[in-house]
Amino acid sequence: MSKVQDYPSRLGDNASRKFETFSYLPAMNEKQIRQQVQYIVDQGYNPGVEHTEVENAMDNYWYMWKLPLFGETDVDTILAECKECHDANPDNHVRLIGYDNYAQSQGASMVIYRGKGFK
Amino acid sequence: MAKKGYDAGVKEYRDTYWMPEYEPKDTDILACFKITPQPGVPREEVAAAVAAESSTGTWTTVWTDLLTDLDHYKGRAYRIEDVPGSDDAIYAFIAYPIDLFEEGSIVNVLTSLVGNVFGFKALRALRLEDIRFPIAYVMTCGGPPNGIQVERDKMNKYGRPMLGCTIKPKLGLSAKNYGRACYEGLRGGLDFTKDDENVNSQPFMRWRDRFGFVQDAIEKAEKETGERKGHYLNVTAPTPEEMYKRAEYAKELGTPIIMHDFFTAGFTANTGLANWCRDNGLLLHIHRAMHAVVDRNPNHGIHFRVLAKCLRLSGGDHMHSGTVVGKLEGDRESTLGWIDCMRDSFIKEDRSRGIFFDQDFGSMPGMLPVASGGIHVWHMPALVNIFGDDSVLQFGGGTLGHPWGNAAGAAANRVAVEACVEARNAGRELEKESKEILTSAAKHSPELKIAMETWKEIKFEFDTVDKLDIQHK
Repeated sequence: MSKVQDYPSRLGDNASRKFETFSYLPAMNEKQIRQQVQYIVDQGYNPGVEHTEVENAMDNYWYMWKLPLFGETDVDTILAECKECHDANPDNHVRLIGYDNYAQSQGASMVIYRGKGFK
Repeated sequence: MAKKGYDAGVKEYRDTYWMPEYEPKDTDILACFKITPQPGVPREEVAAAVAAESSTGTWTTVWTDLLTDLDHYKGRAYRIEDVPGSDDAIYAFIAYPIDLFEEGSIVNVLTSLVGNVFGFKALRALRLEDIRFPIAYVMTCGGPPNGIQVERDKMNKYGRPMLGCTIKPKLGLSAKNYGRACYEGLRGGLDFTKDDENVNSQPFMRWRDRFGFVQDAIEKAEKETGERKGHYLNVTAPTPEEMYKRAEYAKELGTPIIMHDFFTAGFTANTGLANWCRDNGLLLHIHRAMHAVVDRNPNHGIHFRVLAKCLRLSGGDHMHSGTVVGKLEGDRESTLGWIDCMRDSFIKEDRSRGIFFDQDFGSMPGMLPVASGGIHVWHMPALVNIFGDDSVLQFGGGTLGHPWGNAAGAAANRVAVEACVEARNAGRELEKESKEILTSAAKHSPELKIAMETWKEIKFEFDTVDKLDIQHK
């Protein structure tokens, strides 16, 4: 058995902050992101883009980027909207929500562009 | 007004309670019992006896029967079926008029349906297999205090199963050391930690001390990870008064979720606590200690799907469901059936999953099934596949037993669950490709890699005792 390792999370280190689903995995590459967006579309969820300063990531409400893209099923269009939000707010976390009308909840929520200081 | 005069004496049950021509009403409570009669007792008689003894009847005629309309109030045995794979047992279907039961009282329903009749001598064994609660009755019950959607919004967890961990050793830790174990699990990436069921308020750790230290653990882990955290503070207590006192203190601390053992404490206490949680905005986790005493014997007792439906009506936001793959009993198809009963709005009759009736819960919120007991990272792909996103996967030993400690154990589980969700969303087959999915995730997570090495040989492959009844001859 290998030597015991320390778990390197710290209150004083911003990079220790997580941002919910998929934040324990390395940032996804383009192909992986497309698969996740396709999943949101395939579930019939309505995509919506939001962003926030990294220090406010725990708030209930992030800034909504325009309005949710109701009925949008084109992966490129959805990703272009995420990119536009990221270009306008390059330091912020940008996440994609999949609104599930039937459960009246979010069926999916994932950060597509990680904010400043996050790998 | 029927016939003239009162005939004292004993009549056969079937003369009154066997009604094969009866069409159940939409408002009837329906029950399916598996009956093993004593040798020589005719099946219609035994089915009618169960209907009688669980409703209006007693062993002899009494004159006061004539002061009411017994034909309205009686339970009616309306169908009998063979039990597949059994020579002597039958399924008896019984309809009860809704006005036999007090509104919103699971206590009253169970007192009738599984009361004296279970000791009845003409039966060798009796099992309540399923109940259909009419929507009219469902609407008189409070149900889950919050429900799945509200819990997701409060806890900010979307698109994946939640992760929990029961703190071990079950007994003997001081409050401060116990809080340490919680903090380590939560900072490592768990959403919840949990009091074990028998942690109440023993001399080694009084409840008030535990609540304080654990709340501190939650708050620090939230600041550190930037994610919402909770711990199921067990408020199960010797008296309802004491239970509410503990719940009030939990609320004062600002904790998000408390816990109750519904079966040892009873449905009266549970329904009261669920109402309190609804009034006070706390989530309610339900443990099921003692359930296997009544639900494991395939011929006698109450099936777990009945307990699950009853608990949903009584109220709870989480309920333990078994894991299928871990150390505790649970047949796969049967488990899928009762987790539907916990979560869905409408559950269709499906004998292949042990569901005997259509069940409509209307707008009543669902509960999150909690898979807990002898599971570890290698089970994750199967668990995500079986339970889906709306569940809590709970790793006790599978977190705390990690060679580098709880934080690393928690991180291993969190990486594994996210990798499985990512793979599922990308269209991969989780159970078939489980090894590749986990191995590739472990490349970026030394914590997961060590967890996989630690537990790779551990399986619990014993045959299930309580299986669905199927023809095997």
